[in-house]
Amino acid sequence: MKIRVLAFARLREILDAAETALELRAGSRVGDAWAALAEGCPALEEHRASTRVACNGTLVALDHALHDGDEIALLPPVGGG
Amino acid sequence: MFAVVREPIDPRTFEDAIRPGDGGAVKFFGVVRDRADDGRTVRGLSYEAFEPLATVEFERIAREARERFGDVALAIVHRIGEVCVGEISVAVVASAAHRAAAFDACRYAIDQLKHRAPIWKKERYADGSARWRENEPIS
Repeated sequence: MKIRVLAFARLREILDAAETALELRAGSRVGDAWAALAEGCPALEEHRASTRVACNGTLVALDHALHDGDEIALLPPVGGG
Repeated sequence: MFAVVREPIDPRTFEDAIRPGDGGAVKFFGVVRDRADDGRTVRGLSYEAFEPLATVEFERIAREARERFGDVALAIVHRIGEVCVGEISVAVVASAAHRAAAFDACRYAIDQLKHRAPIWKKERYADGSARWRENEPIS
């Protein structure tokens, strides 16, 4: 299956892309998507604990099951205001 | 009104946020400060947001404010992109029958926004360097 990954702020800079397409095995979870991204970009790994993930606009846990066409957003600690 | 905008925020444009019949309205404007917490001279801030989730979060914060403080009307607008020193980055307006609820709701909304809304800022310094700044958790 294919999903879309959005990355913001420092994670966008680390991945060097605001948006990435990711090909995953059927049955993959958010944690698998993270692992696939970190494999291609090891600098991502140290941000795992501080990153929250939204799937299709809703915050989810790493064990959230993904489906073809899903959009996940990688959200680092916020700094609005 | 709950919005993420790219254009400058004009402090005079929030008259609509004062609800007819209410007895008190509190406006808060977050402004880009000329100095970082470590004393470095700031030239400006670059903001970005995950816009669909940011406006949903603004609405959720407003709903919580009503649960806590009663019938309060809130407007929350955050600017993204390059914001210079002295310019407004965020506006929160709370309107209620009495001033206490308006003050409380306004304070609650800006505190929660800084803690929860998917918005990020990079501080740009006079010496040309820059870094991402995270908000402290609410104490």
